[in-house]
Amino acid sequence: MIQLDQIAWKAGSFAFHNLSFTVPQRAYAVLTGPTGQGKTSLLEILCGLRHPSHGRVLLNGSDVSHLPPGARNIGYVPQDAALFPTLTVRKQLAFALELRKRPAAEIQARVDALAAALSITPLLQRKPDGLSGGERQRVALGRALAARPAFLLLDEPLSALDDDTREGLLELLQEIHRSEPVTVLHVTHHREEARRLATFRLHLHNGVIAPC
Amino acid sequence: MTRGIPQKTDPIWITTGIVTGLYLVFLVLLLGATATHSAPSDLLRALGSREIRYAFGLSLLTCTLSSLLSLLLAVPVGYFLSRARFPGKNWLDAALDVPIVLPPMVVGLCLLILFQTPLGHAVEKILPFTYTIPGVILAQCVIGAAFAVRTMRGTFDHLSQRPEDVAMTLGCSRATAFCKVTLPAARRGMFAAASIAWARSLGEFGPILVFAGATRLRTEVLPTSVWLELSVGNLEAAIAVSLLMVGLAILVLASVRFSGERL
Repeated sequence: MIQLDQIAWKAGSFAFHNLSFTVPQRAYAVLTGPTGQGKTSLLEILCGLRHPSHGRVLLNGSDVSHLPPGARNIGYVPQDAALFPTLTVRKQLAFALELRKRPAAEIQARVDALAAALSITPLLQRKPDGLSGGERQRVALGRALAARPAFLLLDEPLSALDDDTREGLLELLQEIHRSEPVTVLHVTHHREEARRLATFRLHLHNGVIAPC
Repeated sequence: MTRGIPQKTDPIWITTGIVTGLYLVFLVLLLGATATHSAPSDLLRALGSREIRYAFGLSLLTCTLSSLLSLLLAVPVGYFLSRARFPGKNWLDAALDVPIVLPPMVVGLCLLILFQTPLGHAVEKILPFTYTIPGVILAQCVIGAAFAVRTMRGTFDHLSQRPEDVAMTLGCSRATAFCKVTLPAARRGMFAAASIAWARSLGEFGPILVFAGATRLRTEVLPTSVWLELSVGNLEAAIAVSLLMVGLAILVLASVRFSGERL
């Protein structure tokens, strides 16, 4: 369960005051809203990358407001994928597991399984330069899922993709939600994406968030 | 009014092309005249002197050490200027450019005066700087580091912060994310920063003359040799050392360009 409780935050031209919402456990929540309303900032507050001036972030009922980003058990996929420029795809997928000092055999098994599930096995030795938009998003998804997070935050992961690639990734996201025990919050402004993926919908407008 | 005229015949390209060509011709004439002024045998003989060989070795040593020190300073300062948000940042940014705009002699004088203060005396009891080889390195570093900081700040500005943010969500601290993600991505900029600092240090003369002196076989580096040889009327030796420095500068320039494609 993802909860924001009475969050206040201001940056530039937009601000949140007493913003609250709850995403049920194991839901695939889609957050929609016009661009420039602070959807990305909300995800970054959830991740711990931005700090609200007031309010609490609760994950599965625990207050994580003061925990660093890495202790929140969140997988985050930003809009531009933000792959690590000097690491191979294999190293990107292994990154979180190596940080946790998991055994090498376990890391290799997890990376191979993820690469197979995401259809990126042929890319494992490549670096991000030259990967297509769809390939980059698949790698970013694999990197976020590697340490089996309880929460997956996706920031417009399909926005820059052509129709065929988008369709493939839509199916992949549905499959991930079916197969991984993860609560998803997916930000988009595409209604079709929201219709296809959401089990729970939220809409952000003028600093107010509401189920829809 | 120029619609329909092919780009190559546009007056602006003709004008700017001519200006560029004239500038290039001037540079070639400058170096060509110096290179052909004396016979190669005279130049080689001059380079064989003990003093100039010492100055060459000392220049290589001090430039390498000062560029490494400059890089050690430039990486954290460049990262701080690029990523941190705080009041007065523009003032700090401008202040760090002071060594670039100060007259070189003034930098040397400031160093000399600093080491006459109680703090300077305390430091010199541990490691003497005034009129010593460490003084040469420090004088080179003051200006080289300013250029290295500028280069590293530009490098970090061009690297997105988002991969670092993602690394933090995966379990890194900010420092670990910097070391594992940003620093490897900045290696080209680090090489460029060190090279620029090295090249600047090679040409540094004023601060070294004032702060470290121009004692032969002690604190004499290549620019000092040019000055010393000119002051005794030995033009061949001055030209030989100058050409050696031009060669080294071209080597550094080429390696920076080459690294841009390979690193």
